[in-house]
Amino acid sequence: MKNVYLDNNATTAVAPEVLEAMLPFFTDYWGNPSSMHRFGGQVTPYVDDAREKVAALLGADPSEIVFTSCGTESNNMAIRGAAEAMDPQTRIVTSRVEHPAVLGPCRHLGDRGHETVELGVDAAGHLDMAELRKAVAHGHVLASIMWANNETGVLFPVEEIAALVKQAGGVFHTDAVQVAGKLPIDLRRLPADMLSISGHKLHAPKGIGALFIRRGTKVNTFLLGGHQENGRRGGTENVPYIVGLGRACELAAAHLEDEAHVARLRDRLEKGLLASCPDVRINGDPALRLPNTTNLSFQYIEGEAILYHLSDFGVAASSGSACTSGSLEPSHVIRAMGVPFTAAHGSIRFSLSRYSTDADVDCVLQHMPGIVNKLRALSPFVH
Amino acid sequence: MWNYTDKVLDHFRNPRNVGEVPNPDGVGEVGSMACGDALRLTFKLGPDKRIADVKFKTFGCASAIASSSALTEIVKGMTLEEAEKVTNQDIAKFLGGLPEQKMHCSVLGREALEAAIGNCRTGSTAKRILEGKVICTCFGVTEEDIVRAVRENNLTTVEQVTNYTKAGGGCKGCVPDIEAILARIRKEREAARPAAAARRLTIVEKLKLIEETLDREVRPMLKRDGGDIALIDVQGDRVLVSLRGMCAGCNVAQFTLKDVVEAKLREFVLPTLVVEEEKP
Repeated sequence: MKNVYLDNNATTAVAPEVLEAMLPFFTDYWGNPSSMHRFGGQVTPYVDDAREKVAALLGADPSEIVFTSCGTESNNMAIRGAAEAMDPQTRIVTSRVEHPAVLGPCRHLGDRGHETVELGVDAAGHLDMAELRKAVAHGHVLASIMWANNETGVLFPVEEIAALVKQAGGVFHTDAVQVAGKLPIDLRRLPADMLSISGHKLHAPKGIGALFIRRGTKVNTFLLGGHQENGRRGGTENVPYIVGLGRACELAAAHLEDEAHVARLRDRLEKGLLASCPDVRINGDPALRLPNTTNLSFQYIEGEAILYHLSDFGVAASSGSACTSGSLEPSHVIRAMGVPFTAAHGSIRFSLSRYSTDADVDCVLQHMPGIVNKLRALSPFVH
Repeated sequence: MWNYTDKVLDHFRNPRNVGEVPNPDGVGEVGSMACGDALRLTFKLGPDKRIADVKFKTFGCASAIASSSALTEIVKGMTLEEAEKVTNQDIAKFLGGLPEQKMHCSVLGREALEAAIGNCRTGSTAKRILEGKVICTCFGVTEEDIVRAVRENNLTTVEQVTNYTKAGGGCKGCVPDIEAILARIRKEREAARPAAAARRLTIVEKLKLIEETLDREVRPMLKRDGGDIALIDVQGDRVLVSLRGMCAGCNVAQFTLKDVVEAKLREFVLPTLVVEEEKP
């Protein structure tokens, strides 16, 4: 059975070029860049080169890039590291729809005595900007607001948010894990102090991420006990993965125009499903979204059941239903948007990539109406 | 993905007895859209007063659909008296087991069956009415529901109660109430024990009871502080243990040993036990 992989916001395929770039660093160039011999030292330029490539994708200076193990580490380092370096009275401002890797550290700081504000969103998934203005007004603020939502793809106006926080004298971090590789990022224009990315969301492997820290931003070191990363993160460099992330960023920059093609496929999938399945709604503002994501609610049926049927046809997607979120309640993002329960449990996210094809879309369009009919025939809410 | 058995997946992919029985003798409706699963069960009795036809409609995940399908297969041909003895464990067993976090799907099936039998007997409203004190307002779970799940499935922790009934799975405001119910039932179980324990414990029973008590009452507490305890030997009433991890060499270890370990073992195993630490 063909693998129809439409769950790219969860993880992506490693690009063949990325794997190819990494392999020599397992087989031949496996030295430690810190060593005082040529065998180790010869690796250093490749780490530097990767740092330049990551910086180039973000419009940053290479000295502002710290390699981490994943997006979650980047977010923890940014939020906890910056809060520790700031006044204990610092207010933490975030949104209710952040990834758990941001909500977790923010709530942890809340437990430690920081005042925290979690901003709400409207039915379309947009941030309440008046609430934001009020929350950041008093200056001693660390704000962490995502750029694109992982579940709905809805984009927040980060340039405006960053400017607001900076004008008030606060520190601004954004989780850009879902944006990197999908939309252009230019930190020369975007006044963010910190920005997180994750390798495995842009065709590098799992286990590598990066945090941009603008020069002059105080962030306490999280992993102590090593001089690596200019003293900002101890631990021997994960050279093969760093090289892989560099190559992935280089490829992402070269393929940014492919995103128009991805958006076209996504739109065809979405329109096709809306036309062939009754009682389906789009979650999140369709006009202000990542090009690769659609989040649809199939009313009166449940997400996990849909996913298992899709999986039988080789289709991989994800759901915000209670049964798949690992808790008993539907996704916090879907609930924050006030999606009614008739739809919240039946939300399905399809997330595409530059490797997605028309055949993938056709496969979903072919099988989804049958799955929906089968489950609705079972549903006590459909008569 | 969940670790579903082949039988669960089979009943999910090919559900048996889907739909509604026309002019049913019993109708049971439980759950709601808000809760994430809902089940409508209808049946008709034959001239022999046995369930001749039974059908279901379910909104829910793969295991909710499979549990409903299994329920209909189990009760077909039963008398009402036989059917009312069906427990959620019977449904889970029929399917070769369910993941712990999905046990509430089997409870939903049992509740629907109960509601349908009640409707058949008394003609009472098809909807299951919440009787008694509601403990979990997020999912509408009553004290009676929780007590029943705890008794029938031998539950001991809040997490298990959540897995079986959903209570405590939302805002978590009712967790102290659930803990209180668990404590009450634990006491009742212990009160019931002396009658059974009047007979002398065999050495195997004694060892098992000690180990169970350490596991349930002592280890979770020690582990919170990075410690652990090992049972080394039992000689008559002498229980030889060894403290591990952070507990080893801790200067309040003697207190832990006498006031916690010994007290718990005396409470739950035998009032004559003496705990000693094995010295290396």
